[in-house]
Amino acid sequence: MATSSRLNAKIPEGPLQDKWTKYRSSVPLVNPSNKRRLEVIVVGTGLAGASAAATLAELGYKVKAFCFQDSPRRAHSIAAQGGINAAKNYQNDGDSIYRLFYDTVKGGDYRSREANVYRLAEVSGSIIDQCVAQGVPFAREYGGLLSNRSFGGVQVQRTFYAAGQTGQQLLLGAYSALERQVGMGTVQMYTRHEMLDVVVIDGKCQGVIVRNLVTGEIERHAGHAVLLCSGGYGNVFYLSTNAMGCNVTAAWKAHKRGAFFGNPCFTQIHPTCIPVSSEHQSKLTLMSESLRNDGRIWVPKKKDDTRNPSQILEEERDYYLERRYPAFGNLVPRDIASRAAKERCDAGYGVGPSKMAVYLDYSSAIERYGRAEANKNNIHSPTDEQVRALGKAVVKEKYGNLFDMYKQITGEDPYEVPMRIYPAVHYTMGGLWVDYNLMTTVPGLYALGEANFSDHGANRLGASALMQGLADGYFVIPYTIGSYLANEIRTGAIATSHPAFEKTEQEVKDRIEKLLTINGHTSPEQFHRRLGHIMWNKCGMARNEQGLREAIEEIRTLRQEFWQDVRVMGTANEYNPELDKASRVADFLELGELMCLDALDRNESCGGHFREEYQTEEGEALRDDENYMYVSAWEYHNDSQWELHKEDLEYDNIKIAQRSYK
Amino acid sequence: MHLTLKVWRQKNNDSEGRFETYELDGISSDMSFLEMFDVLNEKLIAENKEPVAFDHDCREGICGMCSMYINGRPHGPLQGVATCQLHMRSFNDGDTIVVEPWRAVAFPVIKDLVVSRTAFDRIVASGGFVSVNTGNAQDANSLPVPKEAADHAFMAAACIGCGACVAACKNSSAMLFVSAKISQLALLPQGQAERKIRAEKMVAQMDTEGFGACTNTGACSAECPKEISMENIARMNREYLGAKLTSSAV
Repeated sequence: MATSSRLNAKIPEGPLQDKWTKYRSSVPLVNPSNKRRLEVIVVGTGLAGASAAATLAELGYKVKAFCFQDSPRRAHSIAAQGGINAAKNYQNDGDSIYRLFYDTVKGGDYRSREANVYRLAEVSGSIIDQCVAQGVPFAREYGGLLSNRSFGGVQVQRTFYAAGQTGQQLLLGAYSALERQVGMGTVQMYTRHEMLDVVVIDGKCQGVIVRNLVTGEIERHAGHAVLLCSGGYGNVFYLSTNAMGCNVTAAWKAHKRGAFFGNPCFTQIHPTCIPVSSEHQSKLTLMSESLRNDGRIWVPKKKDDTRNPSQILEEERDYYLERRYPAFGNLVPRDIASRAAKERCDAGYGVGPSKMAVYLDYSSAIERYGRAEANKNNIHSPTDEQVRALGKAVVKEKYGNLFDMYKQITGEDPYEVPMRIYPAVHYTMGGLWVDYNLMTTVPGLYALGEANFSDHGANRLGASALMQGLADGYFVIPYTIGSYLANEIRTGAIATSHPAFEKTEQEVKDRIEKLLTINGHTSPEQFHRRLGHIMWNKCGMARNEQGLREAIEEIRTLRQEFWQDVRVMGTANEYNPELDKASRVADFLELGELMCLDALDRNESCGGHFREEYQTEEGEALRDDENYMYVSAWEYHNDSQWELHKEDLEYDNIKIAQRSYK
Repeated sequence: MHLTLKVWRQKNNDSEGRFETYELDGISSDMSFLEMFDVLNEKLIAENKEPVAFDHDCREGICGMCSMYINGRPHGPLQGVATCQLHMRSFNDGDTIVVEPWRAVAFPVIKDLVVSRTAFDRIVASGGFVSVNTGNAQDANSLPVPKEAADHAFMAAACIGCGACVAACKNSSAMLFVSAKISQLALLPQGQAERKIRAEKMVAQMDTEGFGACTNTGACSAECPKEISMENIARMNREYLGAKLTSSAV
């Protein structure tokens, strides 16, 4: 196997530990007066986009930032709950850059790039420093120093958090940095604008076509570089923990203009989400992984046990994660916890009305904390009631907002009865293929954060998405973009009157026109639901060859039907959420096929990609390092026509092993 | 459940709005309020009528995008809950529900129930930050912050910027929103250097945007989905007064 000649990851030479430091010191620079003349377009204002836009503007570049929401502060990073990892070793429990690097590569089931992950671990500490300086109110101990907690797949405490709202606090930090630049006039902010295509001139990305979602106007914007920070594509499954507006459109348009798509089949199914309750369900809600710090997961030992959980005695419960994985217990990585829940439910041990749920139980944590508090307060032989009250207060402080949210959605009080949870689509490790500089295969076009494929391999560890988004935006792109822009200083201002802009804009307009004139019978929403159904059943938590082949056919048929029968109300020249939705669903209908194709190509199980044909006797993922230790990078040629390029993965600093959390 | 909905329909900011009445059947009590609107919209599309435009995104109560004024209250009848987290079990079979957009001069209607809240962004841009460029920071633990200060700052920072406070206020005042940000940064050591100028600039921008004055009625805090406390307004007044008394600006 050899890496395709079209893929050059541009990983710097030298020992792993020195690569980034050396590269950073030798990457070409752009002098301040030239920066003022270089324009950078940032699409998306989540953690990656807001941090990149703010930092590049601080450096002196002219920045334009776009988001489809009504404010950059509403990007979906805001919903991240549990925390952000950093190798600070503040807890003196043996953490280090190497250990964070190692955990991440192992957690990703040896399908990520060593050099990228090491750099991520290296800059992780600076992220925390930066956020604290911005006034992000992380949780603290009584001594005034920062508090940490544990997350899945890890045996140290390296996760920094702000109750169950870490993403919100980090995004508001990045947002305030961004708005500061907006106030200074160095960033032009375009809210309620959606990118609908990239403009490629002479092989280089030099602009975007966007739609003003309020007026419907199609606009041209030129830039010397374009940064896609547009998030992941989990909404291809219809039901996911993503926000309703999350979409693949920006990344997909870039893909169709020449950017290779990396590992599209690597999706993360998060183990602890509130189960589906009705057919009208529009989205799923995550219960933070941090809950697995203290909560215990179980199902009844008896099949089809419909008793109230409080009536099921301790010895009649199967704490299956603690049973199967004694070393990590309830804190195994997400892919493993999800599959274990599915296994129990498929075998008939599930709970709740749908039988597609397991219990996440806080009673023993409440008891444990309650006793500790009683001790602390010198209450001798406390009553059970006292213990529960004291314990509940501790749990409330740690996880209060999550418990409230659960109660709000289900109508049940999780302090009294165990929560019911089931896995749901949460994150996509796949994304646009990028090199070490975060540049896609189209020069001048970059992808940051969840939109790229680079750091999490086949499975992302908890609290690492926030870390990667901010690493890319604050500490990676500000350096690596220089290696490209240093050569662009002679380009001068880019005219949006260039024929490429005209042509691309016309194509965008034609497509909108087409969507509006089909006048069929079925709403975009209905197509989206049907696509999600196919994807979840055949390209979800478990996949097999036959199912994937069927899915590809079904998606093609559905796509055909879409373009003949979709009904998009309203016009092009107004605020029209139906049109926005139809356009996004149309792209999902193409992406879904590629995901199945990629899953079909990968004849192995690794991380979140579980092919039923490839498993150990104990039902664990069975990798095939001999044949599949590569990144799949798909090149788009035409409808349903892709070419697969492979980037070999080399591990010089980590010994490859079967991933074990036993 | 059967429901009668009276929904505000308005083509855009230049046209006049009106209430339209819709009858809806088969609503389950487990649905969220927005899922009930999804059902309404699917029904309208099937009848070849234009669906109702409304803002929504995360549907888990954190992005602050959803903004419905339900039966005379921002985000509806429950305390501490955003529209997207409101479920139909809070209503009864046969209810009539009136749904309007946020109403405030500073929040112009874009369409139906959708309003523009970019005034909030401009207030933040005027001073709602700590001026620290990327890379300037020292080690995070070199600056201890008393837990109590950090906790209070966090509670203020939990604001989701939805604008319910403005919608709830008879004067359309944005004091609760602005005070939450001023408080967060005034409580933390990181915010001290720009404490005065921040209060002055944010208040000035708030006034420029056309938000009304505060008369300490407290509707804002009572309707806030994140239960941001009135204490913040008191703190902001103190910050502003202190800043003005010793202002270096002329």
